[in-house]
Amino acid sequence: MAGQEQQQPQPRDTEVEEEVPVPPAPAEGQASASTQGVDDLLDEIDGVLESNAEEFVRAFVQKGGQ
Amino acid sequence: MTAGSDPVLGGGLPAGGAMRVMGSETEYGIHAPSAPGANATMMSARVVQAYAQVTRLRAAGGAETRWDYTDEEPLHDARGWTLERGQAHPSQLTDQPPVLDAEAVALAYGRDELELDGEDESGSLLMNMVLGNGARLYVDHAHPEYSSPEVTNPAAAVAWDAAGDLVGLAAVRRLASDTELPAVNLYKNNTDNKSVSYGSHENYLMPRSVPFGDIVRGLTPFFVSRQIICGSGRVGRGQDSSRSGYQISQRADFFEAEVGLETTIRRPIINTRDEPHATADKYRRLHVIIGDANLSQVSNYLKFGTTAMVLSLIEAGLAPRIEVHEPVAALQAISHDTTLTAKVRLQDGRRVTALDLQWMYHEAAAKLAQDTGVSDAVDGDGHTNAVLERWATTLTQLDSDRPAAATSVEWLAKLSILEGYRQRDGLQWDDARLGLVDLQWADLRPEKGLYYRMLSRNRMQRIVDDADIAAAVTEPPSDTRAYFRGRCVSSFSKDVVGASWDSVIFDVPGYGRLQRVPTREPLRGTKALTGGLFARHREAGSFLAELLGTAPAPPPA
Repeated sequence: MAGQEQQQPQPRDTEVEEEVPVPPAPAEGQASASTQGVDDLLDEIDGVLESNAEEFVRAFVQKGGQ
Repeated sequence: MTAGSDPVLGGGLPAGGAMRVMGSETEYGIHAPSAPGANATMMSARVVQAYAQVTRLRAAGGAETRWDYTDEEPLHDARGWTLERGQAHPSQLTDQPPVLDAEAVALAYGRDELELDGEDESGSLLMNMVLGNGARLYVDHAHPEYSSPEVTNPAAAVAWDAAGDLVGLAAVRRLASDTELPAVNLYKNNTDNKSVSYGSHENYLMPRSVPFGDIVRGLTPFFVSRQIICGSGRVGRGQDSSRSGYQISQRADFFEAEVGLETTIRRPIINTRDEPHATADKYRRLHVIIGDANLSQVSNYLKFGTTAMVLSLIEAGLAPRIEVHEPVAALQAISHDTTLTAKVRLQDGRRVTALDLQWMYHEAAAKLAQDTGVSDAVDGDGHTNAVLERWATTLTQLDSDRPAAATSVEWLAKLSILEGYRQRDGLQWDDARLGLVDLQWADLRPEKGLYYRMLSRNRMQRIVDDADIAAAVTEPPSDTRAYFRGRCVSSFSKDVVGASWDSVIFDVPGYGRLQRVPTREPLRGTKALTGGLFARHREAGSFLAELLGTAPAPPPA
């Protein structure tokens, strides 16, 4: 069956051919930049999280699924 | 085209690697914060209605393309028998269209709600639609579910699965603009952490000639361990989260059996539902219910890519010959150990970690791929090499560079936020804010969903470009029958009265009866085979006439 692979351009063609550098290029020293990044991220998430955590989590009740 | 000419080799795709006909199903968690008691089925129907309004994929008579249930066989067991309907749990009867109980609607929203414009002639609400990208969007039990179109490779599986998240987001936005009814949130997760789980399933096409026992033996150790690369992470332990802590998998604690037909009760590691949705004597559709829903593209990519490769090993008779002692307990032990040092016992007496198990499969898969040539960087199938490399990189990082792994492995990415909060604010695992982080990780709204916040900061790696995911919302894959289905829906929606995985039904003026076009070969109906047909015809009548080889239909009287 070799040679019968599909050749249509598809998003699969965009898959990485080599490893993507991760995380994308912090300019400063790796460790401190990483810690700083986490602090920034938490600050951002603080502003995004629903207020009333306890009530919000308690109210998320689902019916059965597969 | 020789699709299906050699089912043993996978029906037209290069065998031995990561290419295979596959697809995903996602049941979304659904919640209306301002109306916490709202009926979940009703809310799910509102999601489907809202998306219908967004796309305006409306056929004549105001109804979207209906699902055709003719070939649904949820009680067929791959082990060779059929469960009697009377003995089945009601939730197993997925071959009947769900009819939303009018009383439930009235209880949730009042009688006026019954006048919704989605109501059809029989008085039931629209619960089901087929999308122009070849997917199905419908109400499954008490959740909206998106079933992706069939694709042929793991990168495409990521794209069309993520497209479902955009479909859900579009419905959420539409409902949020409705000032009369409560807004609805959707979550791509698998548990409410209060004892209920809902699924994220994968489907893989396999030749029927592979004995089911081989599948069970070959897959079980893999499924017990693959969560370390594709688990989504969960705050809480036990089905009801009665024990505090963090674990790798959303789903592990909800599994209670090794093999079985059920998907809603006594969930088994290997599910035996045998509905091929294709030529039944050639194919089986392996229905995988053990996975977590993934937002992380790398986790999702590896979930589909590595599983497809393990199925290739099983088909070749080359799966690692290992057997895990008490696999359900092993599954949960691995999920509960975020250090990845827990060892599970094999029947031959060895004790191994989940990483050890994954490396055994990687080694076997790499060898088969090399022997068949599919992983060749130049002459290979264009997918297998990338899966193998990313699989190895991820396993190596999980062992020795967890910060790097946290940019791709979903449970580690979520854990990085949780640990940040624990360190900064001194939170215990049972703190409600950590539970909220877990829940809100999966919110489909990019301004609210914590996964999307990480993605926007480039703290999560991508497998496919945002533009390709956006295109997959409306475009079907070009290389499976989903192309035919999706194009029929988007080109001839007023004449298409129903569709399913293996059929499209037309009601065209001039034809005396409904025309049901079977699409039982998953690798036919491709753009290569039918693209010209769609380009040549703007009317369903002449399209059908050429497709069916009949004389052009006379103009309607």
